Amino acid sequence: MPLIDLANPSRFLALVGRVLPWLIAATVIAFVVGIALAVAAPDDYQQGATVKIMFVHVPAAWLGSFIWAVMSIAALGTLVWRHPLADVAAKTAAPIGAAFTFLCLFAGSMWGRPMWGTYWVWDARLTSVLVLFLMYLGLIALWNTVEDPSRAARAAAILTLIGALNLPIIKFSVDWWNTLHQPASVMRLGGPTIHPAILTPLLVMTLAFTLLFVTLHLAAMRNEILRRRVRTLRLLEAHGA
Amino acid sequence: MQLPAHAAFIIAAYLVTVLVVIALIAWVLADYRAQQRDLADLEARGHGRKSGSNLGSKA
Repeated sequence: MPLIDLANPSRFLALVGRVLPWLIAATVIAFVVGIALAVAAPDDYQQGATVKIMFVHVPAAWLGSFIWAVMSIAALGTLVWRHPLADVAAKTAAPIGAAFTFLCLFAGSMWGRPMWGTYWVWDARLTSVLVLFLMYLGLIALWNTVEDPSRAARAAAILTLIGALNLPIIKFSVDWWNTLHQPASVMRLGGPTIHPAILTPLLVMTLAFTLLFVTLHLAAMRNEILRRRVRTLRLLEAHGA
Repeated sequence: MQLPAHAAFIIAAYLVTVLVVIALIAWVLADYRAQQRDLADLEARGHGRKSGSNLGSKA
């Protein structure tokens, strides 16, 4: 199927129906392997058993930023190419992104209390991720406030692209400012600084969470297309009555 | 078996993660059923699309 065909919502729905069972199976397998590796992973010499919190905190943090990046590409699709599925992709990704950003903040605070002695500190990394979470909530509120989908799409796309400025701030906050949060230890130029016994389960769990996002996102996009179809049919019904 | 130090924080992090993931899955499934129900109602009233009206219902 040529890529351009996916611009047709009906063809996109057919594709989702075909790939979703495979994605669900891949997600379940990745989680089974990831959780088994996480359980078997040794305690860290400094963090002790609390290093196991990293196996949910780091994937959630990755997804919080990754999903906003996906929404930013979709926002360009809405504003520049006017792709019919771009707004659907952005709108349905936002609640999932908000959920994972919340998980990142919650798991981080559960790690912070025993390791730092506090649930929260206003350092640049934590604050910029909190800003990301609030921006997700703002976008969801915007989509729910404006009834006309095309007007909501343009406003949300502009807000999404403005919000994308926060992504490099999140990434480099630990380099630009003196933060309590540790510097980058996985995605860095010199390679990961984590021992393979911890790094392997971390990467497998990150893959599992990413597959979960893709699965949920495609399913939510299908729901949104059906919702818009229902809305159109109801408008036609109202005009015909 | 002895629980590791700070077990409550580890359990809380995983418990909330599981709850959030279950909530996301339930939201997607419930929304799918609601949209299918609405489409079926519209089709029953003669307003459904004849072509592709049941697309996405196989997964």
